Amino acid sequence: MATALDAALGGGPLMAAVAAVVSIGRPAWPTRIARVALVLAALTVLGWLMVLPLLAIFAEALRHGLAFYLQAIREPDTLAAVRLTLTVAAIAVPLNMVFGVAAAWSMAHFEFRGKTWLGALIDLPFSISPVVCGMVLILVYGKDGWLGSWLEAQGLQVIFAMPGLVLATVLVTLPYVARELIPLMQAQGSDQEEAALTLGASGWQIFFRVTLPRVRWALLYGVLLCNARAMGEFGAVYVVSGHLRGLTNTLPLQVDQLSQENFSAAFAVASLLALLTVLTLGIKRLVEWRHGGELRANT
Amino acid sequence: MTRHVLPGFRLSTGYTLLVLGSCVLLPLTALLWTACELGPAGWWAQIGTRRVLAALKLSFGGALLAATIDAVLGLLVAWVLVRYRFAFRRQCDALVDLPFALPTAVAGIALTALYAPNGWLGSRLAPLGIEVAYTRLGVLLAMVFVGLPFVVRTLQPVLESMESDLEEAAYTLGATSFQRFFRVLLPLLLPTLLTGYALALARAIGEYGSVIFIAGNRLFRTEIAPYLIVQKIDSQYDYRGAAALGAVMLAASLLLLLAMAWLQRWTRRWAVVR
Amino acid sequence: MRRLLLALAALLALSAGHVRAQDVKLLNVSYDPTREYFQDADAAFKADWAKQSGRNVTVTTSNGGSGKQARAVLDGLQADVVTLALAYDIDVLADKGLLAKDWQQRLPNNSSPYTSTVVFLVRKGDPKQIHDWPDLIRPGVQVITPNPKTSGGARWNFLAAWGWALRQPGGNADKARAYVTALYKNVPVLDTGARGATNTFVQRGMGDVLIAWESEALMTLKEFGKDNYQIVVPSSTIVAEPPVAVVDANVARHGTQQVAQAYLQFLYSPQGQEIAARHFFRPRLASVASKYAMQFPAVKTFTLGELFGDWRKVQASYFADGGVFDSILEGAQ
Repeated sequence: MATALDAALGGGPLMAAVAAVVSIGRPAWPTRIARVALVLAALTVLGWLMVLPLLAIFAEALRHGLAFYLQAIREPDTLAAVRLTLTVAAIAVPLNMVFGVAAAWSMAHFEFRGKTWLGALIDLPFSISPVVCGMVLILVYGKDGWLGSWLEAQGLQVIFAMPGLVLATVLVTLPYVARELIPLMQAQGSDQEEAALTLGASGWQIFFRVTLPRVRWALLYGVLLCNARAMGEFGAVYVVSGHLRGLTNTLPLQVDQLSQENFSAAFAVASLLALLTVLTLGIKRLVEWRHGGELRANT
Repeated sequence: MTRHVLPGFRLSTGYTLLVLGSCVLLPLTALLWTACELGPAGWWAQIGTRRVLAALKLSFGGALLAATIDAVLGLLVAWVLVRYRFAFRRQCDALVDLPFALPTAVAGIALTALYAPNGWLGSRLAPLGIEVAYTRLGVLLAMVFVGLPFVVRTLQPVLESMESDLEEAAYTLGATSFQRFFRVLLPLLLPTLLTGYALALARAIGEYGSVIFIAGNRLFRTEIAPYLIVQKIDSQYDYRGAAALGAVMLAASLLLLLAMAWLQRWTRRWAVVR
Repeated sequence: MRRLLLALAALLALSAGHVRAQDVKLLNVSYDPTREYFQDADAAFKADWAKQSGRNVTVTTSNGGSGKQARAVLDGLQADVVTLALAYDIDVLADKGLLAKDWQQRLPNNSSPYTSTVVFLVRKGDPKQIHDWPDLIRPGVQVITPNPKTSGGARWNFLAAWGWALRQPGGNADKARAYVTALYKNVPVLDTGARGATNTFVQRGMGDVLIAWESEALMTLKEFGKDNYQIVVPSSTIVAEPPVAVVDANVARHGTQQVAQAYLQFLYSPQGQEIAARHFFRPRLASVASKYAMQFPAVKTFTLGELFGDWRKVQASYFADGGVFDSILEGAQ
């Protein structure tokens, strides 16, 4: 028990926690009522902030009836946008996953000069407005940008094409996986990895057998977060897309364009994005269910 | 440089630096470079106007307030989702991601549809004298909406990983729920909560799509800083002015994030001392 | 984790299964409310070009705010032709050498194959009794119009109001400025684009009057019913001339000079003019104009050239940062 707790919390906080708990010894509150109140409060928050806008979207989407709705989401341009969104996410998310794991390994297991700065640098994309994200890409890759004339000479189109969309998405979602992993891995410390090392395990063995099982939840959350954000990203891709229907319009851009033309169709397509989120969460639940046993043993 | 026990220092740190350098530092250097081409006087002419200052004040002030609201609501939601089992829990869990997956423009239109004077909520709030759409309250609402999942999703894995063992320990020792929460869990959660707060804050500062529809974009009142950037690019083709404003926003939110990181370290130490 | 990757890989594989046929491709970079118009026009041109040359052409049209679209072409969007809301956005491209400086003289009618005017849309029965420009500055009247900084169409709205005030007996720049300042004092929401403003007026129920292009107003009547809204034509208003041009540098690279020119010529042809009229743009061709005369209310108009000179001058003095519009907004607060 002690080692498991150690693993979950790191030594110091645990001792403090146990000490705090030991010093307490008064009778319990009527916890049931408190729980119901808390659940109700949380449901109210979710209902107000999430359910109402969602209902508004479906109400607008179905305003002209189901037939119109189905027709709107079956339009070829919309289907092309779905494909493009999935493709961009399928490239950007694994890239960010590898980055996140590497960054977390570096930040959690080593002490080196400039580490605080590296941490700040990893967080940096969070503090850039999506609009600015798109703009800086144009400053580098646009026609008059730093690499613009070189790219043009090579016949490569970055901005207003797929590479630009991927770059924008990567830039906006870069820290998500790292941000989930770093605090957890720092809290867990290096004790177990070092123990494995003294037992003769190689670096990759340590990573796959010791570290990965202990952080898989955080990794999964990070990837899901990154994926959801990548699929819904609007501001940055808005600047670098060029809005070519059926070619460079991602799903969010398609929605925006439709909202300039046909409100109900825009909301119908928006509801597709909501369904994609549900799909992502379905994958998460599948993993939870398949690996429920191991996961419990590992936490 | 110190000696490292575990392998992989060069590989992991090198790769991290490579990606950060090419994807983050290069474009940001371009941003600062372009902004610097203006010179100090030109820079101040872009930033020092009453209009820009009002927009910056709204973007940062609104974001600070929104992130604070998100921290409280997000802690509540994450706690309930991880700790309690109730009907539709999983559906509720799925709902939290909505602000991520919705393109921000749609979120903005949906919120405006709800809170406009003829909207479902707006028409009910109007008799009470509360106007949301096209006011600062609307800006705040949109910022709270986009920020909430950051707090919830940052807290969840940590809550989940500390769930059973510590809880059991405290429970067998007879601590009440409130005591367990405020004296045991909150100090441990605080660093993570601050991470979530910082993420929500950063997102709200730069937020464009969802705010732009509900704000009404009134000069000095509901005009946000990112919209000024868009105006500079799209009607003036003025990349330098836009870069100047972008650089100021970047520097300010960077300072906020650094302050957060410092506060986080401090609270972690504080948790250890306790 | 591996499972998730596999799922993503499968999705990627699914998405990769489309190949495009090799034929002539044309990219038309246009502004927001022309989507339906160009859908029809592109299809008709495709048939026409097949008959003319025996080749297949695929026209892709990109829509967005006029200024934003011009910026995209500046930054390297490979437009063969641009069809934007105002000439200044094409002048900017000419300044960068993407097309000849005299582009506006290359096609008839200042290179704009169709026009529109600026009118008012009010709720049915005109409850606030709005008949002409002076009614817009009465206290208690709420006016919806988008931000000229981000909407090309709204710049025409602004100039229509300014021009009307200027043309009143004893009118001058100071009086025009006072009138337009009072007008923007009555604007509760400044949307980013024309369609956004229409949505605010129609879907959100904001405001008593929407200042809109006639094409947009007629479209709204068609879509949301003549029982709910009506058009009010002011005593005089501006002719909005959305221009078109071939982007020389890009067609030279793509080898699409001929088909790009034919595309723009087609917009002037009887068939192209008829399509424009069906989408509520006023056709230039007299024969088509008389056929659709019933559709458009009679208006007294002035042009940009008569009152303001050219777009470069207008942009520099009215809409640049720190220009007339900015100071009017500050005065209106």
